[in-house]
Amino acid sequence: MGKQINIRRGFNIKLKGTAENVTTEVPTSEIIAIKPTDFPAITPKLLVGPGDEVLAGQALFYDKDRPNLRFPSPVSGEVAEVVRGAKRRIMEIRILADRQETRYKEFSKADPAKIDRAKVIEQLLDSGCWHYIRQRPYSIIADSVDVPKAIFVSCFDSAPLAPDMAYVIGQNKESFQAGLQALQVLANGNLHLGISADGGLGESDMGSISTDRIHRFKGPHPAGNVGIQIHHIDPIKAGERVWFVHPQDVVIIGRLFLEGRYRADRIVALTGSSVSTPQYFHAITGQTLDSIIGGRLNSDHCRIIQGNVLTGKKSSADGFLSFYTNQITVIPEGDQPEFLGWLLPGFQKLSLSRTFFSWLAPNRVYDLDTNMHGEERAFVMTGQYDKVLPMNIMPVMLLKAILARDIERMEQLGIYEVSEEDFALCEFVCTSKIDVQKIIAEGLTYMQTEG
Amino acid sequence: MKFLQNIIHSIKPHFEKGGRFEKLYPAFEALETFLFVPGETTAHGVHVRDAMDLKRTMMTVIIALVPTMLFGMWNVGYQHYLAYGMEATLMENFMFGFWKVLPIIVVSYAAGLGVEFIFSVLRGHPVSEGYLVTGLLIPLTLPVNCPLWMVALAAVFCTLLGKEIFGGTGMNFMNPALLARAFLFFAFPAYMSGDIWTDLSPEAGHAIVDGFSGATNLVTFDVNFHNLPSASDMFWGFEQGSIGETSAAACLIGALILIITGVGSWQIIVSCVLGVLGMGLVLQGLAPADMPNHAMHTPAYYHLLMGGFAFGAVYMATDPVSAAQTERGKWIYGLLIGAFTVILRVFNPAYPEAVMLSILLMNVFAPLIDHMVVEQHIKKRLKRA
Repeated sequence: MGKQINIRRGFNIKLKGTAENVTTEVPTSEIIAIKPTDFPAITPKLLVGPGDEVLAGQALFYDKDRPNLRFPSPVSGEVAEVVRGAKRRIMEIRILADRQETRYKEFSKADPAKIDRAKVIEQLLDSGCWHYIRQRPYSIIADSVDVPKAIFVSCFDSAPLAPDMAYVIGQNKESFQAGLQALQVLANGNLHLGISADGGLGESDMGSISTDRIHRFKGPHPAGNVGIQIHHIDPIKAGERVWFVHPQDVVIIGRLFLEGRYRADRIVALTGSSVSTPQYFHAITGQTLDSIIGGRLNSDHCRIIQGNVLTGKKSSADGFLSFYTNQITVIPEGDQPEFLGWLLPGFQKLSLSRTFFSWLAPNRVYDLDTNMHGEERAFVMTGQYDKVLPMNIMPVMLLKAILARDIERMEQLGIYEVSEEDFALCEFVCTSKIDVQKIIAEGLTYMQTEG
Repeated sequence: MKFLQNIIHSIKPHFEKGGRFEKLYPAFEALETFLFVPGETTAHGVHVRDAMDLKRTMMTVIIALVPTMLFGMWNVGYQHYLAYGMEATLMENFMFGFWKVLPIIVVSYAAGLGVEFIFSVLRGHPVSEGYLVTGLLIPLTLPVNCPLWMVALAAVFCTLLGKEIFGGTGMNFMNPALLARAFLFFAFPAYMSGDIWTDLSPEAGHAIVDGFSGATNLVTFDVNFHNLPSASDMFWGFEQGSIGETSAAACLIGALILIITGVGSWQIIVSCVLGVLGMGLVLQGLAPADMPNHAMHTPAYYHLLMGGFAFGAVYMATDPVSAAQTERGKWIYGLLIGAFTVILRVFNPAYPEAVMLSILLMNVFAPLIDHMVVEQHIKKRLKRA
């Protein structure tokens, strides 16, 4: 067991609507859709067409640049439709799911501890599970020819209303441990796990992973972000690659080895103040959102977010569950103007600054809406971002380097270590309402194409 | 409020694209967003936002300025009646000052906001909130006898050359209010020195008392610092000077408001104070023993109470746009402001208002300080690799 790592900078946004530890099964919806747009930086090429029968685990499309990167169907059934957007871009592949029993494509079963690295890679590529393995820098799908410096799994989520990993993983402990075994092999032994010092998954839940590779983090969000953990455990230097996997994806990888099947069902937390009874649902990737949230909201004027309020994607009830979604948050829309809102004492308003009297009640739980609380302005206040970014990085300087498209400066200031999600809190606190995550995303894309 | 909202809603189309007053949209928008925080929602990125915006920030600074403003009004009256040797109640003092100071504030806002609105209409950018603070800062740095046309000129100068020429709030590299003050100081020396600090408008049946001197303590101190008012008078502000600058106590209240709300940088305020104390002590140590009245002998803490230092350190140096932006840079920036203030005061009697010049000087150097801090940071990052 390594030394406890204390994160001082950061902030926990306390919101109403934490999920209760109850899991409800949701029946597979009639139509399942897979969205190639969920995966960053790939060019999808179809392997199936409308009318084709597919099995669960059978590849639907692959990446043009990396043909061995395939993306499987989570269910068996018949391909109903390929929805295309502008310039014939593939938006969704819709599948009419089998009503009775899901038919699986069978892969070989194996004890991940007893096979070698090449075999693990082969199994992950064959089954189309490779896309669960992602890399830093850039937060894109990892390249299977690389040998990463290490693999990181953050075993807790510190984001607002985050699902309780101990509860979610606790229901699939065996698969989780098998998945960790596989990653251990894949990482040549360099698998690092981050756990929370405030409870949740502990060393004993990790199976045979040596305890000196399990790191205990204490502190507010973003302590649970894998990028922050990498920064504190073993920072990325220029030219290095590390991989990371989400715990729920570890479970899916574990199942692949234990059962020889690609089973993409996961536990999704339905949270937020607009949900009447926030709780967990056992659902399948690609499911319609309506099958999960239908009839469970207490208002119809709300924002449906796939993910948490900081990094999630805006969605709608007729959308489909995205590939990496483990949480759905529903909060009220805040499109009502407020009379002299900038002048009122603001006992109910959340702010990191103490310009609103709500700072006198630090334990208040808020019912925030999507209002901007002001308009975008030039950058004025300094030192705000530094308070919520627990990294040895100067956020404002990095953002300026990105805006100037200065590659050398970006490298020097640590662009390789960051991802949009690490800067989400900076965007939240920004007085000038600047889209910080968007700038970081631009910088990362620019480095990928030009750097 | 529904009523007001309806009015705004009904006239809005005239100002939108294609409307009759399309060109005036920025002005309309400024008014609309002043009355109502817009119902705009997050589009991409984070879905919830911190409640603080620039309007709130500026409002907090204005609240922090209120103690100095109120005390300044009272002191204008107090100094006036003192010069005539008249007894006056607290209220009389205050009301006298109120009617003297109010026109200055009104003119400052009218002139500055006028320029700001014209610019936003011409350039099509939204009206920024920056001037809400600047418009109050300018009057507080002026002597009460400053003619109103000069106030207007200062406000116009500060908005045009201090800010808009660089692209508006957030783009300027020097504190606009201080720039305006410096402009008046150098452009109209006759109006900005001498017996201008106390309003001497005649009082029927009274004459100015014997021994009245219009010199501020910054001038006194260069001649013989022993003639300075007592430390407690200087702390509370019972002395002559610009309207808002005399009371270190009022500035202290403002500093507490700024620091507690997190709007002003405590690092800058504290480091300014440390810079003054440090340099004050050094000079005291080096002071020539054979000249007991030399300014170098002034106790270090006197420098905190004299002149406009407290006002400058709390409200001017902390302007986040023109100050150093890095955490370590703020310390260097503040320390140098403090040190330069003392050096200028002691060694250059031609410029008694040293804090203004040191802040402007450090505004110019702030980017350089930041650059050095960032280079250090990069070196440290490389070493880790």
